[in-house]
Amino acid sequence: MRGPECVGAPFEAVAAGQPFYEPSLYTVKAVLILDNDGERLYAKYYDETYPTVKEQKAFEKNIFNKTHRTDSEIALLEGLTVVYKSNIDLYFYVIGSSHENELMLMSVLNCLFDSLSQMLRKNVEKRALLENMEGLFLAVDEIVDGGVILESDPLQVVHRVALRGDDVPLTEQTVTQVLQSAKEQIKWSLLR
Amino acid sequence: MTRLFQSNDQTLRRMCYLTIKEMANISEDVIIVTSSLTKDMTGKEDVYRGPAIRALCRITDTTMLQAIERYMKQAIVDKVPSVSSSALVSSLHMVRMSYDVVKRWVNEAQEAASSDNIMVQYHALGLLYHLRKNDRLAVSKMLNKFTKSGLKSPFAYCMLIRIASRLLEETEGGHDSPLFDFIESCLRNKHEMVVYEAASAIVHMPNCTARELAPAVSVLQLFCSSPKAALRYAAVRTLNKVAMKHPSAVTACNLDLENLITDSNRSIATLAITTLLKTGSESSVDRLMKQISSFVSEISDEFKVVVVQAISALCQKYPRKHSVMMNFLSNMLRDDGGFEYKRAIVDCIISIIEENPESKETGLAHLCEFIEDCEHTVLATKILHLLGREGPRTPSPSKYIRFIFNRVVLESEAVRAAAVSALAKFGAQNDDLLPSVLVLMQRCMMDSDDEVRDRATFYMNVLQQKQKALNAAYIFNGLSVSVPGLEKSLHQYTLEPSEKPFDMKTVPLATTTVSEQKTELAPVASSKLPEKLAPSRQDIYQEQLAAIPEFQGLGPLFKSSEPVQLTEAETEYVVRCIKHTFASHMVFQFDCTNTLNDQLLQKVVVQMEPSEAYEIVQYVPAASLPYSQPGSCYSLVRLPEDDPTAVSCTFSCTMKYLVRDCDPNTGEPDDDGYDDEYVLEDLEVTVADHIQKVLKPNFAAAWEEVGDEFEKEETFALASVRTLEEAVNNIVSFLGMQPCERSDKVPENKNSHILFLAGVFRGGHDVLVRSRLALADGVTMQVTVRSGEETAVDVILASVG
Repeated sequence: MRGPECVGAPFEAVAAGQPFYEPSLYTVKAVLILDNDGERLYAKYYDETYPTVKEQKAFEKNIFNKTHRTDSEIALLEGLTVVYKSNIDLYFYVIGSSHENELMLMSVLNCLFDSLSQMLRKNVEKRALLENMEGLFLAVDEIVDGGVILESDPLQVVHRVALRGDDVPLTEQTVTQVLQSAKEQIKWSLLR
Repeated sequence: MTRLFQSNDQTLRRMCYLTIKEMANISEDVIIVTSSLTKDMTGKEDVYRGPAIRALCRITDTTMLQAIERYMKQAIVDKVPSVSSSALVSSLHMVRMSYDVVKRWVNEAQEAASSDNIMVQYHALGLLYHLRKNDRLAVSKMLNKFTKSGLKSPFAYCMLIRIASRLLEETEGGHDSPLFDFIESCLRNKHEMVVYEAASAIVHMPNCTARELAPAVSVLQLFCSSPKAALRYAAVRTLNKVAMKHPSAVTACNLDLENLITDSNRSIATLAITTLLKTGSESSVDRLMKQISSFVSEISDEFKVVVVQAISALCQKYPRKHSVMMNFLSNMLRDDGGFEYKRAIVDCIISIIEENPESKETGLAHLCEFIEDCEHTVLATKILHLLGREGPRTPSPSKYIRFIFNRVVLESEAVRAAAVSALAKFGAQNDDLLPSVLVLMQRCMMDSDDEVRDRATFYMNVLQQKQKALNAAYIFNGLSVSVPGLEKSLHQYTLEPSEKPFDMKTVPLATTTVSEQKTELAPVASSKLPEKLAPSRQDIYQEQLAAIPEFQGLGPLFKSSEPVQLTEAETEYVVRCIKHTFASHMVFQFDCTNTLNDQLLQKVVVQMEPSEAYEIVQYVPAASLPYSQPGSCYSLVRLPEDDPTAVSCTFSCTMKYLVRDCDPNTGEPDDDGYDDEYVLEDLEVTVADHIQKVLKPNFAAAWEEVGDEFEKEETFALASVRTLEEAVNNIVSFLGMQPCERSDKVPENKNSHILFLAGVFRGGHDVLVRSRLALADGVTMQVTVRSGEETAVDVILASVG
């Protein structure tokens, strides 16, 4: 017997006619990163809303067309809430059902974006991302697991991803390095 | 794969875990990998432990799970938050697979819930809820504990709010329960996420009064002016939902909403406008329409449909504003847009035309202009059908003929066929146009498509006869029988050769369709499955009854009523009755459910005592009724032949059965049983059970067709009725006939009204009722009844009197 598949969010409709969604930890349906032309750079779907790759690509094309011109962060497309952020030549999307708390989805998006910008040393653009795909994979794995939000603090995510060279233990760093990382931490906590 | 594990490179090892997770669905042989993962899981490197746990749980199955159970329990209560979180989330994924094993870890999860880390709290709470979901008491205890102890995690708070509102809904708890207070206190939490979740939960609760909504609405109002677009969007969307049920509660936010109309995010602007449309007053409608038209081209199709639906609701609220809205809608029709969008607009225009007779000319003109250049066949045919129905009655019908004939020349086959039908209707109703229509029809007979030629020839012949009755039957009021039923009857007829010609009256009638329900305003995800045409309810019953041998000789099923409950909701036995009417019999189908799990009922029969001359012929018992499995028993009753007008009757019903006690756990019955009976409520059979509703789109033509051979008229005084609407509703529900020509709507401030009703009486004869009502110190009613058969007329008049 195999392990559990990508689990989907369980829904239940109450007979009174008003659908009431079962409280559940499964909040994220998909995380996508597209480039300037709407081509897929990274995509992870956590449930069966778009089961085949063809449908997924059609969906991505659709949301890209609707969102890459405007600058707003949030939209409702195909009955799903889409929160997004763009930077230079990358577009980040987090997809959830229309009944999900939009602020939760925003926190996932912000966490993803902030962790990536730390890992790529503020250079969040396509080339840098492609060179550090393994960091991206690990980061997303640390943020969302099977549709459940695992972590929302970008510092924690970066710490856990622990890319080569980033996570030198404290005792081995020089004094300036320690001060530098302390400054970074303070700055990040003020920004939030 | 194992070689890769021997590498010391962190990143490589972590990527291995990811690969394992992805391959979990395809690879068969995981034993090797499992041991390495287990080693990593309990190893010293914290960085590996979390991901190792998650990877391991992806590939594990129930047997292996028990082997690593010990490690999982340790991991859940581990001090390192990433390990604990990973273990909790993985346990959640595995609940689906092996609930029993995971259930044993409840205590560890409970301990983890008191951790300081915000994510661990959230995950522990989620896992505990999923494990205890079915036990309401445990859930409420858990809620009590956590609401009192207070959590730090905003995610956990959101989860708690959802659980609390779910619990409130299930227990239908009043709004003074501590759960509701908890949700309300969350409105003052310092995290916006929690505040929003609380406001959203309060808004979604059914039966919320305006006073309870007020704090939630004020919080949402604050969000409307937030700099974060997501917050504004969330607030506006929730306010939109509030406005659907309590528009007055939202009026306080009107000013903020107007500011949002010019928001750069078009979704927010649309939602703001539709909310304002619901709560705005008549004077602000013009201003709002102008603002919408300025940006409607920039918003997505789904939102355009939302706007159109809001406008449609507004049209019903303010009928005087129809000209402004009609202009706006026709402009939108001219723009580009998808099929759903155009269809929504067309439906909106049609509903305005139907509700508001003053707007008919302009509406039809706009629709004609639309079909000149419409690429959607479905819409074109729908509009042509409407033109055919309404056009002949306008003051100058000839101007529509040009539009329709252009369709015949220019368009596709389906549209051409629809245009021919519409032309025929013009010809049938307007005698001065008849010669020109006949000429046009002649041209249509040369068309290249079969259907168009067939229709043109058919209509030509009918029109050339110049008989009103034929026109009515074939052109105006189409086939009133159900198509699957017709197919079956014809098939039956061809199998048994007979001297008599085929009698349409033996075909069961199509039940009239109910008006479409208002669709929800939030756009829904498009359905992926194609919709299958379900057989109508009547056809299903016909098949079920035909399967019972005792009912073979009854003939076709005429009508089945809606189910009538014969017991209260929470009684031991739940019984409901469906009345099936045949040509000279009635069959009562009793659907019984036994809700006692320590009894088994057998040989269940419902004995009936009629009050009038009905004769009980036979009972067909239900063989056995085990716990909570519904079964049906039937009673066959012959209708009184000597007095055909005695159609209504009351039956007192008693359910008689043989009951055997049985063991509630196994369902094994005892060997002996005893007879018992259970009294049910009385069952009424009224005149409505003998009549099937039939909609006649053109009542006047049908009236002429039936003829006045059996026409009778009587006047009644309804002393207890005060208003015309009440009288109309009473008559419609009592007789069970279909109101035609929208005559069930009484215009305001009128003292007299004419009600047209149509139906088919048992036996297949059309029955038409024209009732003149006058309001003057009580309601007087003059009823004229026409039918093809004298009995039907007598029955109606006798029952009204």
